[in-house]
Formats: sequence, structure tokens, C-alpha cells
Amino acid sequence: MPVTTLTIDGTPVAVETGSTILEAAQEAGVRIPTLCHLDGVSDVGACRLCLVEITGTRKLLPACVTEVAEEMEVHTNTEKLQEYRRMVVEMLFSEGNHVCAVCVSNGHCELQNMAVELGMDHSRFSYRFPQRDVDISHPQFGIDHNRCIFCTRCVRVCDELEGAHVWDVAHRCAGLKIVAGLDQPWGDVDACTSCGKCVDACPTGAIFRKGSTVAEMTRDRGKLEFLQQAREKGEWTR
Amino acid sequence: MELSELLEIGQQERTRQKPIRVHCCTSTGCQAANSLGVKKKLETAVNRNGLSDRVEVVGVGCMGCCGRGPLVQIDPENLVYEEVTPEQAPSIISGLKDSSVVEAQPGDPEHPFFTKQFKIVRETSGKIDPERIEDYIAAGGYQGLHRAIGEFTPSEIVNEVSKSGLRGRGGAGFPTGLKWATVAKAPGDRKFVICNADEGDPGAFMDRSVLESDPHRVLEGMAIAAYAVGASEGFIYVRAEYPLAIERLQKAIKQAKKYGILGTHIFESQFDFKINIRIGAGAFVCGEETALMHSIEGKRGNPTPRPPYPAQSGLWGYSTLINNVETFCNIPAIVTNGGDWYASIGTEDSKGTKVFALTGKIRNNGLIEVPMGITLREIVEEMGGGVPGGEVKAVQTGGPSGGCIPASLLDTPVSYDSLAQVGSIMGSGGMVVMDNQTSMLEVAKFYMEFCRSESCGKCIPCRSGTVQMYHLLNKISDGEATEADLEKLEQLCEMVKHTSLCGLGQTAPNPVISTLRYFRHEYSELLQPETINV
Ligand SMILES: Cc1cc2nc3c(=O)[nH]c(=O)nc-3n(C[C@H](O)[C@H](O)[C@H](O)COP(=O)(O)O)c2cc1C
Ligand code: SF4
Ligand code: SF4
Ligand code: SF4
Ligand code: FES
Ligand code: FES
Repeated sequence: MPVTTLTIDGTPVAVETGSTILEAAQEAGVRIPTLCHLDGVSDVGACRLCLVEITGTRKLLPACVTEVAEEMEVHTNTEKLQEYRRMVVEMLFSEGNHVCAVCVSNGHCELQNMAVELGMDHSRFSYRFPQRDVDISHPQFGIDHNRCIFCTRCVRVCDELEGAHVWDVAHRCAGLKIVAGLDQPWGDVDACTSCGKCVDACPTGAIFRKGSTVAEMTRDRGKLEFLQQAREKGEWTR
Repeated sequence: MELSELLEIGQQERTRQKPIRVHCCTSTGCQAANSLGVKKKLETAVNRNGLSDRVEVVGVGCMGCCGRGPLVQIDPENLVYEEVTPEQAPSIISGLKDSSVVEAQPGDPEHPFFTKQFKIVRETSGKIDPERIEDYIAAGGYQGLHRAIGEFTPSEIVNEVSKSGLRGRGGAGFPTGLKWATVAKAPGDRKFVICNADEGDPGAFMDRSVLESDPHRVLEGMAIAAYAVGASEGFIYVRAEYPLAIERLQKAIKQAKKYGILGTHIFESQFDFKINIRIGAGAFVCGEETALMHSIEGKRGNPTPRPPYPAQSGLWGYSTLINNVETFCNIPAIVTNGGDWYASIGTEDSKGTKVFALTGKIRNNGLIEVPMGITLREIVEEMGGGVPGGEVKAVQTGGPSGGCIPASLLDTPVSYDSLAQVGSIMGSGGMVVMDNQTSMLEVAKFYMEFCRSESCGKCIPCRSGTVQMYHLLNKISDGEATEADLEKLEQLCEMVKHTSLCGLGQTAPNPVISTLRYFRHEYSELLQPETINV
């Protein structure tokens, strides 16, 4: 196994060549905040929370998609990065309708946890109060677009792990929307196998199990990683 | 095809052409002013006057001074008429017959608008019929490609392009030779060449004009590129809002194939190259190279992080060369005249010429091609004729990714570095002149509104940051903002610039940053005193 050595926040790390900075950081026990990254599916570099500074590079680079290089000096938690990350989370809160007190994911929410972790207690930006709908046409699950942060984790698990590609992104800018099928009610999409992988993938209260009430919605992230690894190792051959 | 056969086609075309050519612009700008009506009347008048044996009316591409269209130009006399109406057409033709007084507004070919130009990309634009390959060949077309294949190895071509110092004209100014060398060196025997003709910047129409006026030059540039980097398939990605450009490109590809200039065994060599057209729905973000490639692949036109760069992993994962229309159009001349010749034009860091769409509050609107190093003043005051009834306040270059340069800096030479030094960029070539009536805050708002609605929405800094910035700009212009809001706006500028995923978000704050740099008082004047909320 070819190895690349680098430093992360001053600590020397040796990782398998071709690893991402995020993987290297995990190995070194350094936490880099992420929201769009999900173990087991491809990375898209969308949430910008994992941006890191690299000595000698002017640009900030997303740790989830940037490969390590020999003698790279990575800084994961500079003051500037902290400030930018806080702004990202503030903007995520102000662009949706996140009223945690009445949310199924209250207490089990990655966005909420991120706000706590980054010390964000209010948003400096104007709340936009978008008019978004809730789709409960699926017999078992529902999607509340008000809580969606467009991490596209649901899109990727459904496409890459389940192979159904029920979800996709439509429109752009403020009109951005996660759609089921051809922008149909979720329950009308025949391709949906009701496997629940998107439910487990969603970091917020956007996709939920029907019948969960406030603060009840928990997820089993490990399941997705287990499925992906089992498939990679060919554990089920028929 | 031997070189002699190519030259023979050109010779035949010249023999076929009548001694007097009445050029009537049929590009979009002039068509919008009814140039097709003018052309029809010119043709009728030629027949009526019995001149058809020595006079022909030729529909040509853009001549440049589009703001004064429809334009008619007569060769070889080099007479120009502006704002021609169909009613004036007979008088223009009878003028040819008996030198009678022509009742049409003459143009001045000695005006700096024309004399200060240096045409490489637009050399034959407005002189040839874009729908006839023979006319392009008669003007020397496809000789560069013939030479490239017949006389040079691919690496020699890459060397010439490197030597020329040409930098990408799509906005970022990346050295073209370096990009070609990277693709040429990339492993794998399947590679692609893409021509980026998306042109989404508001106010820009350079690429459209070149495609409409001289489609074969683009094809020739692409074919030379394909030969140099070892590609056998290419795509032109052009927006659906450019129907005339698409139609002429399709015609041009068909004609070139017929002559064995595109397709298999080009000029009877072992080199194959076919070009496909891909029509985009007209999203600004689809001009970003990774988004553009996803769009060609039939996916959503979303940018993805680079690296990997297209040269490493592009279309369907294969090494891909992607260049702008204007970049490709420089190539035939570089091959024909050599890289050193090209490098002798322009400045140290910016070689050659640049095409600009000169618009806004200015007397002579239109397209110009100027040598790099020319000053903004020469362009605005001499070529453009200045602001009618007013003064220049600022010049905006680089579109939504660029900035506003104040009148006090008009002596800045046009080059990648010097424009960057004054807080703007070369960009793809939009140049908007603003007079002293213009509110710079409104200008910033205009571009922010554009970026806001064009953001693909993939990453939060751009998707939401542009909305928040637009909101703050509005708050300021409505007189409802305080110093704290201006501070927040500046913080946002910095954050969006450094954290966005692609060039759209990374450059979206530029118009705000540059107007704040030079016209901050226009913002502060509108601020309200801080009040304490109890
Ligand atoms: C938002 C955005 C829009 C762009 N639009 C265009 C465009 O319309 N045409 C173009 O040639 N390049 C455009 N570019 C630049 C391309 O991504 C790419 O750099 C260029 O096509 C490379 O060609 P060049 O090296 O010849 O300039 C755009 C970039 C961004 C970030
Ligand atoms: S999704 Fe998370 S952040 Fe949003 S309302 Fe629910 S708990 Fe709060
Ligand atoms: S629904 Fe959930 S998983 Fe899907 S994009 Fe929105 S927040 Fe992410
Ligand atoms: S910067 Fe804007 S356009 Fe580019 S990926 Fe992010 S949201 Fe999309
Ligand atoms: S985790 Fe890397 S950008 Fe979201
Ligand atoms: S469009 Fe006719 S001169 Fe430019």
C-alpha cells in the first residue's frame, strides 16, 4: 500500500495514497465539520463546511474531495475557517424554515448539532421564510421541503446504493427543490422501493418516517455504510 | 486534398465573384434592424439596373459597428453606408452605375473605430459570406489546417501555440499552450475537444457574432487543436438563444465534410475529426467548464470541484480540451504566421488581440478587435467616440465576474494583469461604458440580481450568499440600511468569494467589491444612523 505523509494541524499523518484529506483527518482523529458528506456514497463538495487551508495554496479546498499530497500542510480550524463555517450554517438556517421546537428531528439533527458545535446561536442574515410544501403521499415516509438543506444525500443514496434514482434536484437558486420522480408526489413514483435509505441518509428533519412526532426521528447511518461496504466486499453473492 | 487543390477552390471562387461586391450585414444585430429587407431591395435594384454581370449583393457577417446597422459596404471602393433603409437601397445601387448622389448616410472608414482595430479573429468577418465555405477558402481559410496536418507534428503545433503566448479568451486567461500540452500528454487514445460557445455574460455578444460571421474559422481552429492534442471528436456547446449561429455552424460543418476537411481522412491524411453541436438551454452556469461537460453528457449542468481538471478527466472521464470560441479563432493565424508573429502583438503578459463588445452610454456601439495594450481611453474616447452629451464615469469589464474601473483610471492599458490591478478583469470581452448619471449601486445590484438568479444552487455560499447580498444592496438603496449592513455586505463578499464551489460564486461579489473600492461614498451617503433597539 503506497503511503502519503502529510501534516494536519501540525500532527504528522501517514495515509494510503489517494485518500482524501477528510479520510486522513479521520485517521488522525481530527474532526472536520461536514454536512453533505456521507460515508458510503460519492462526495460532491456542496456544503463547503469541510473547507480547509493548505499552506502554499491561496484557495480553500474541500477536504471531502481533495486528495492528500506528499508533505501537504493542512490547517482545519483557523479563525477564518471558523468564521466562514458559522456563516454557512447561519445561511442554511435563514434559507429554510427551521423551527426546531416543532421538528421531528429536534435533538437528532446534524444541522442543529453543527450550529451548536460552531457556536452559532442566531443568524445575522434575514430569514427568508420560503413557501415550501410537505409531501406525505408516500405510505410510510414524508418529506418536508421546509427543512431541506440540499445536501443531496438522499439523491446519492437512492441512486448509488439502492439503484432506484427516485430523487433529483430541480430548478436553481432560491427555487431549488428536491423532487421525486418527474417532480411527482413521492407516493406516485413507482421506482421507489420504500427501502428507507433516504430516510436514514437525511441529516435534518426533511425526510422522516410517518408517525414520528417532535424529537422522535432518529436515523441509522451505520446501516448505509454497512450496506455499501458489504456490497464492495461482495458479501452477498447469489 | 493537395494544397494546390485548396488554392484552386479559392481561385475559382474569386473568378466567380463579381468585381463589385455590395456587402450587406446579415448578422443578428443588423437583421434586427431589417437588413434582410435592405438586402432584398439591393438585389432587386442590381437586376433593375442591369448590373448583375458586374455587381453582386453578398450577405456577410458582422462588420463591427452594429449600433449603426443595417450596414452596407461596397468593395473594392470601401464605401460604407449606415442605418440603411430598404427605400435607400435603389439609390445606393444607382450610385454605382452613374456616380449619382446616394441618399444614404455614409460611414467613415477612417474613423478610429476602424483604424485602431487589429483584426485576427475577425479578419474576414463582414467580408465573406458565412454560408459559403468557398468564400472562406478564397480568403485564405483552411490553409492553416492544411499546413498543420501536412507540415507539422502535433507537438510542433503545441509548441507554436505556447510560443504565441495566447491566453484563453473565455475569461480566466489560462495559457492556451499549456492547456494543449497537458491534454496532448494525457494518457489514453480517446480524447475530446470542446468549443465553449455558451456566452452567458449579460452584454456580451462577441462569440455569437464570430460564430454567425465566420463559422469556418471556429471549425478550423478546433480541427487544428484536435490534431495537436490527439482527439478525433469534438463538441460545440452553443446556447439555444443563438439560432442563427447554430444554423450557420450546421451548414459549415456539412460543407467542410463535403470537401473532406472534416470527418475521416482529413485532407487525405490519417487524421479524423468530427464535430457535433450541442445546444444548451442558456444557463450562465453551463459556461463553467465542468457544468458544461455534465450538460453535454445529458446530466444536470452543475459544476463539480476541480481538480480533476478537464484535461485529466473530462467528458465521460476522458481527457478533454475545452477552449473558448475566440481562443480557437486565433489558432489558424498562429499556425499560418507562426507563434513568434502572434507574440509580437500585444504586451508582455497579454499577447495578441482581444475582441470587445463595446456597449452602454457611448456613441459607437459595437464589436471591436484591438491589440492588447491599447488603453481604455483610446477605446472609449477615440474608438467609441465618448459619451453622448456627458462624461464617462466608469467602464465595466468582465461582466458579472468583473468590476467597474473609474474614469480616472482610463489610461490603464488593456491587459490581463493591468485590469486585475485596478480591481477588474479582462473577462470574455463585455465592456460597458457608464456616464455620470449612472448609480454604481444600481450597477452592483444589476449584476448581483443576475448572479442570484443564475446560481445553480449547489453550494450554499453562492445560492444563499448572493440572495443576502442582493437583499443588503436593496436595503441600502432603499435608504433603510446602517453602517452595520454595509459591514455585513463586505463580510459576505469575502466569504462568498472564498468559499463558493465554482467561478460563478467565487466572482459574484466582484462588482460590489470594485464599486465599493472606487465609489464607496455612493453607498455611505444612503446609510441611516445606527439606532438602538430597546
Ligand atoms: C459561471 C461561468 C461561466 C462561464 N461562461 C463561459 C462562457 O460562456 N464561454 C467561455 O468560453 N467560457 C466561460 N467560462 C470559462 C470556462 O469555464 C473555461 O474557463 C473556458 O471556456 C476555457 O476556455 P479558454 O481557456 O479558451 O478561455 C465560464 C466560467 C464560469 C465560472
Ligand atoms: S431539520 Fe434540524 S435544524 Fe431544521 S428544524 Fe429540524 S431540528 Fe431544527
Ligand atoms: S431531503 Fe434531506 S437528504 Fe435530501 S437533500 Fe434535503 S436535507 Fe439532504
Ligand atoms: S458557486 Fe454557485 S453556480 Fe457554482 S456550484 Fe456553487 S451554487 Fe452552483
Ligand atoms: S462535506 Fe465537503 S463540502 Fe460538504
Ligand atoms: S451585426 Fe451588423 S455590423 Fe454587427
